[in-house]
Amino acid sequence: MSTITATLDTDRARRLRLALTALLAAVVTVGAPFYFAPFQVFQLTMVLLYAVALAGLNLLVGFGGQISLGHGAFFAAGAYTAAVMLDRYDTGHLATLPVAAVGCFLLGLGFGVPALRLRGLYLALVTLSFAVFLPPLLKRLEPVTGGSMGLTVDKLQPPAWSGLAEDQWTYFVVLAVTAVALLLARNLLRSRVGRALLAVRDNESAAEVMGVRLSLHKTLAFAWSALFAGVSGCVYTWVIGFVSPDSFSFVLSITLLAGLVVGGLASLYGPLLGAAFVMYVPSVAQDISEAAPGVVFGLLIIAVMFVAPTGLAGLAGRVRGAAVSRLTRTTSAAGDRTPGSEPSAPPTPADPAPVDAEPVGAPPRTEKE
Amino acid sequence: MSAVTELLQQVVEGVGSGAVYASLALALVLIHRFTGIVNFAQGELAMISTYVAWQLVASGMSFWLALPVTLAVSFAGGMLIERIVIRPVQNAPELTMVIVTVGLFIFVNAMAGLIWSFTVKDFPQPFPDGGIDLAGVRVDWSTFGIIAVVAVVMGLLYVLFQHTSIGLVMRAVACNPASARLSGIRVGRVLMLGWGLAATVGAVSGVLVAPVLFLEPNMMGGVLIYAFAAATLGGFDSPVGAVVGGLCVGVAETLAGAYVDVIGADLKVGVPLVIILAVLLVRPQGLFGRAAVERA
Repeated sequence: MSTITATLDTDRARRLRLALTALLAAVVTVGAPFYFAPFQVFQLTMVLLYAVALAGLNLLVGFGGQISLGHGAFFAAGAYTAAVMLDRYDTGHLATLPVAAVGCFLLGLGFGVPALRLRGLYLALVTLSFAVFLPPLLKRLEPVTGGSMGLTVDKLQPPAWSGLAEDQWTYFVVLAVTAVALLLARNLLRSRVGRALLAVRDNESAAEVMGVRLSLHKTLAFAWSALFAGVSGCVYTWVIGFVSPDSFSFVLSITLLAGLVVGGLASLYGPLLGAAFVMYVPSVAQDISEAAPGVVFGLLIIAVMFVAPTGLAGLAGRVRGAAVSRLTRTTSAAGDRTPGSEPSAPPTPADPAPVDAEPVGAPPRTEKE
Repeated sequence: MSAVTELLQQVVEGVGSGAVYASLALALVLIHRFTGIVNFAQGELAMISTYVAWQLVASGMSFWLALPVTLAVSFAGGMLIERIVIRPVQNAPELTMVIVTVGLFIFVNAMAGLIWSFTVKDFPQPFPDGGIDLAGVRVDWSTFGIIAVVAVVMGLLYVLFQHTSIGLVMRAVACNPASARLSGIRVGRVLMLGWGLAATVGAVSGVLVAPVLFLEPNMMGGVLIYAFAAATLGGFDSPVGAVVGGLCVGVAETLAGAYVDVIGADLKVGVPLVIILAVLLVRPQGLFGRAAVERA
């Protein structure tokens, strides 16, 4: 009986805490553009738009277990779709979003087909060479893309009724897009598609036996993830108002992957943390030297893989988990012991033999529930 | 110049650049055979070795003395990287390994920029200028030199692996690490040796290509893609395949750039992409590779 009330209590407390956190987050996100200077608002906007691309990459890498070193290419495709539409057809900003999204989805679908036959390393190879190939291709298609000079298009302009400055209006538009995208990513993962994806990542053969169509879901994962990258690129054009092939070199692809890894693979907040990382680390480190961002990125990626494969997002959870298990251990040691209430025995060291069935980036398990 | 000699001229140039790709591909294949991973940082390791050579030459050493020193430094560097960076994640999933080597890529690239700055540097051409005329086809001494160096490296590797006891031990580890360990081989040391060798072979490719591309931290990015294509074409577990693949990729790239108008000089980097895709779709194990039989 007492356990029931206890669970109710904790349940209510958790809901209350969740509601408070959500409220606080809402107040901060809505209030930020009125508090910060325009340049800082711009940086926040960039964080939000990178988060969309990282959420897409997360679907593929974190939850799908496929490696892409070429997501900058889909980002570029989205950005150029928007820029060309604005430049040539003057369609207005909002119309570019669905076109970029659908276009990149189809592009991802096309790319997903070879991805079916390419496991792990090879997919990384192909996507990397695609990312290297794209900038010269964009330069070549000069009549459409403006060649190496790029295209300059209108940025978002606040409508008169809003009474907002340009940076504030842009921030809110991007915030809306990001919120919808992150919500979509979250719901996607809780749907049939998401569960199939996790099953495929954790054990392909078992998933297939359970009736998951591998080819369909791997291709779809690629397509969805390309869609997110494309949307992010499209919004990038809205915010920056300029695209050029050199903005989308393969370094962008690698930076995106690096940001995601540091933020936390297979975590829902990972993309947001990773996006902040992608935005702020270079701008802070650049003051030291041109090479400093790379040094920091490289070291952090390796360090994260060594000590905290769940990234920043997982780190918080792990610290809390460790604290909780230590606390419960001390209380259960002090109080009366009931069988079963004991905290689980310290995890036995993993089998030293290579574990084939282990999902890529195994630790993300903690984030799945 | 007749069409045939022009074609031959292009082929000769293709073989020259192909030899460089072959040597980097050889480094990739070595590491893949020993540790089962594709080292995305291979090109950057070669780049930083080239910087070491440049530094030695710039401080007054003769090129042919600087080269062995550079190779020794690369060998030690490769061993250290295996021990420090790769060993801790050796049994980790593939994704972790790829990400670690990508991290190494970013780190090494930035370190080179930090130490030597991002400005382009002139790298001394070790081979004499000029060349000879073979039936209207001009072959530079440097082309000869590159091919000769790569051939020597291949020969040395062949002798090492097939005719020495350390080579036998290395082959045993590549073939079956668990059994090798059970028969008393220090597998960890052999793996370090493998990485050291790969870094050395990669350094050769960097030194060879630097006079043509000019030395800068991003020099090897493009070469790496070609080397990937070469290794994929030849098969990631076949050293012979890497060399044959490298030459094929070099020739294909030059010919496509010269004769296919749509491609031209600027889109040549699309050639390795097409080769990689085609090989993986048609014959995923590559020309000389063995198909992996998988038991679920």
